[in-house]
Amino acid sequence: MSASTSGCRFNGTLLLCGLAVTPSFAASAENRIAPLNYFLHSYGPASTLTMQLGWVFAGILALIFIVIALLLAGAVFHKRSPEDPRLIGREDQGMLWIYIGTGISTCILFAMTIYMLITLNKTAKPTHAPALTLTVTGYDWWWKVEYEADDASRRFVTANEIHIPVGQPVLIKLKSADVIHAFWVPVLAGKTQAIPGLTNQQWIEADAEGVYRGQCTQYCGLQHAHMGFEVVAQSEAEFRTWQDAQRKTAATVLAGDVNTGWKIFLDQCAGCHAVRGTEAKGIHGPDLTHLSSRRLLAGGLLTNTPDHLVQWITHTQELKPGARMPSMVLTAAEISALSAFLSTLN
Amino acid sequence: MTDADQNTPDLSLTRVPEIGSAPVGSDAEKHLAELWESAPGWRGWLSTVDHKTIGIRYLVTAFIFLLMGGVEALIMRVQLARPDQTLLTPEQYNQLFTMHGITMIFLYSLPVLSGFSNYLWPLMLGSRDMAFPRVNALSYWLFLFAGIFLYASFPLGQAPNAGWFNYVPFAELNYNTGPNIDVYALGMVLLGISTTVGSINFIVTLFRMRAPGMSIGRVPILVWGTLTASVANVFAVPSVSLAFFLLWLDRQMGTHFFDVLNGGKPLLWQHLFWMFGHPWVYAVVLPAMGIVSDALPTFCRRPLVGYSAVALSTMATMLLGFGVWIHHMFATGLPPLALSFFGATSMVIAIPSGVAVFAWIATIWLGRPVFNTPFLFFAGFVILFVIGGFSGVMVAAVPLDLQLNETYFIVAHLHYVLLGINVFPVVGGIYYWFPKFFGRMMNETLGKWSFWVMFIGFNLGFFPMHVAGLLGMPRRIYTYAPHMGWSTVNMVTTIGSFLFAVGILIFLVNILVSLKRGALATANPWDAPTLEWAVASPAPVYNFAVIPFIASRHPLWEDRLDEGAGRSSLDQGYLLMEGRETIATTPLDAMPDVILKMPDDSFTPFFLGLFSALAFVGLLLHARDFTVLMALACSLSLIVWLWPRKALIQRVPDMEYDKGVAHG
Repeated sequence: MSASTSGCRFNGTLLLCGLAVTPSFAASAENRIAPLNYFLHSYGPASTLTMQLGWVFAGILALIFIVIALLLAGAVFHKRSPEDPRLIGREDQGMLWIYIGTGISTCILFAMTIYMLITLNKTAKPTHAPALTLTVTGYDWWWKVEYEADDASRRFVTANEIHIPVGQPVLIKLKSADVIHAFWVPVLAGKTQAIPGLTNQQWIEADAEGVYRGQCTQYCGLQHAHMGFEVVAQSEAEFRTWQDAQRKTAATVLAGDVNTGWKIFLDQCAGCHAVRGTEAKGIHGPDLTHLSSRRLLAGGLLTNTPDHLVQWITHTQELKPGARMPSMVLTAAEISALSAFLSTLN
Repeated sequence: MTDADQNTPDLSLTRVPEIGSAPVGSDAEKHLAELWESAPGWRGWLSTVDHKTIGIRYLVTAFIFLLMGGVEALIMRVQLARPDQTLLTPEQYNQLFTMHGITMIFLYSLPVLSGFSNYLWPLMLGSRDMAFPRVNALSYWLFLFAGIFLYASFPLGQAPNAGWFNYVPFAELNYNTGPNIDVYALGMVLLGISTTVGSINFIVTLFRMRAPGMSIGRVPILVWGTLTASVANVFAVPSVSLAFFLLWLDRQMGTHFFDVLNGGKPLLWQHLFWMFGHPWVYAVVLPAMGIVSDALPTFCRRPLVGYSAVALSTMATMLLGFGVWIHHMFATGLPPLALSFFGATSMVIAIPSGVAVFAWIATIWLGRPVFNTPFLFFAGFVILFVIGGFSGVMVAAVPLDLQLNETYFIVAHLHYVLLGINVFPVVGGIYYWFPKFFGRMMNETLGKWSFWVMFIGFNLGFFPMHVAGLLGMPRRIYTYAPHMGWSTVNMVTTIGSFLFAVGILIFLVNILVSLKRGALATANPWDAPTLEWAVASPAPVYNFAVIPFIASRHPLWEDRLDEGAGRSSLDQGYLLMEGRETIATTPLDAMPDVILKMPDDSFTPFFLGLFSALAFVGLLLHARDFTVLMALACSLSLIVWLWPRKALIQRVPDMEYDKGVAHG
């Protein structure tokens, strides 16, 4: 509910509030059509204020457009008394049009500018100090997510899926490992570029529990289109549970098929991928310690099912041409062993 | 030597031009035509410095680039028509959208306006040529060669692929190893030379080449637009040329301007690029707005309302245009205070545009519109201008831009701006000035068809892009999943784009048909007020048989306007026919100042352009010796070009006789 109340606080026009904020009562953003639609849906304080700004601007401008279009139509079609076609109108007429037209539009523009600056000021910082700080690093073409903690043993790394506690501002430090990317979860907040050599900051807050889609919005090369991620907003308790689970390292004692799979992983995958608590310490690809706990694969391209995982590993370059991971050539037995191992990473 | 001696000008160098008339068919007129005519055949073709020929070449070349960019766009639209299409590989798609942007922004939108201005300026200003005719030719050749250069790697599948704004480090060597970006970097430096010399030529032409009496307040708005754009280019182009040169050094010479690992700053690129990029956006629309401001009144049967206000707002837009570049960079993590400033200026820049809009509407309202094809394009343009301007206000609002930026909303906005404010006036302008260019009228029926198909196709194609952006569709993605909710808008956009392309085709067919069979045009078929319509259609090679004296803004409407400023003299004026000559006037009041000896046709601009382009080819291919050789050839061309010639000294013909004798 906080979305709707904060929504109507600033913007007096109830109608607009109704239009703009109603969809967020539907709480769950999962499986929604157009998950990046930020003009009808908003689940964060910054995006809600921005959405209202958008509606107010679009409304005002649409009205002025209608006025101007009518003026133009009137100018073209209004009835004129028949005159000598050779006659030329006097040059010094009509200045009043410019004075009045420009005068009115200047006033409106100034009012809009002030409204814009107020909104900018309100959305630039959260109302209270962030409860959580994360570092998100853009890679070609996925996102590394690091949860910080003073105690090194409580830090952990994941990829493409950011969990946050609902109703609390979260500070995100944005970095890039290669080229410029942009971090964007439109229904929560505007975008910020992740620029190599700089650490940018961005805050997000979710008013309602749910899964919110994010996407890279700075062109970054071949698979810019498939550089998605998700933000999962959970209750405080659920979030803690998830965090505790993520902090655990993987089991080291393995047997049978799983052990065969682990050998294959160590041989073929560990150069890039890490599984915490094991010898697999690759840093070029996503950390896979809790792979099975994630909802999506391959930068949001596929849902995380066992079938998709196998497809992804063996047909990487068909599914995501140019991805930094090669399509792995494995026998059926190797695939099943590797799958068995990967399924233990929960 | 006495003071008097020193203060007396050397009379042997003084000549008072004869005043007279040279009607068509008279000996004087024939003599003039001989003087200004280029040699027949390929020699004249390569050596001509006639601003009209150069203007038409600019127009034709820019239109060919427009068609190439358009075909690229249509291929992309097929790929995006439905979700999960695999017509193009990601790399092909990336090269296509990059080349589409480069082509439309650099090779079409400014050059096409340079075409109009090149052709029209001397005719509008009452001069026989631009200030520097050879520089003018050089500017064209460099543009042509730079355009070919930028496309050179396209057939090899290695075209620029980092987007037209080419952000580093993606455009740096470690992420982009092929020749793609080197072609772009060097091509842009080469094109920058063309733009710069062209701009300088326009500036000097305005301040020196107007007919006597055409004071600064009497020049057409197109001239104001191109002047403003040219001044802006002189300041803005160095920024982008520098950026691309530094990038090339980074890539090929191992410097570290943008290289993070060695202390370089990727953000520097964005600043340098947009310090250029935003003024450039205004440079490619202000002259087009000038086309409307000049041509619309003809079809409203009255002068433009608020000439001074529109001229001043043109310049105000450009000045503010230098203070808005950060609005391309709102998402780069700059502090809110900086964002506030640049956001506010970006919104305030809409005010001078508002002045122009109300001036156009008032002109139509107070006039008696004639519904010819050009009028349709100009009236349609006003609608598109307002939509593009309004979406511009939305993206100027910082918090909103943090959502809209890099989505299809921006794509929609920039197409409304570039197509709406550039292509529509340009096509309308071609319908308008076609009789002056080629001596024939364009077909009205096809004209009206082309307008309506283009107008409907354009809005059908590009308005839904706003919606795609609001639905969160990022730009520059080669495909999208069905569940993102973008399928319908994309299909509509694709259909609209093809419809728009059909409109362009009708326009081209109209040009071809009218060139052959169009009705022959009189000197002033539209009963227009400005000076270019005082000369025959097509314009004679010498422009004006006599340099006219101008008494008002509307020399051809004076008999009916009665502005009380006296009457311009169009048939009687300076004869000036001892070689290629025209008159230079003072910058503001346009008082006659000196007789200018204009240069003859010359091959040197062509060769200087060619050798410069080849030198850049040498740089691209790391062919050191070849590059040095070409640089030497450039120097040689320049020496030939600048070789002093006695004939260009201003003196009376029989100077031996006159020496020391006071002139009568």
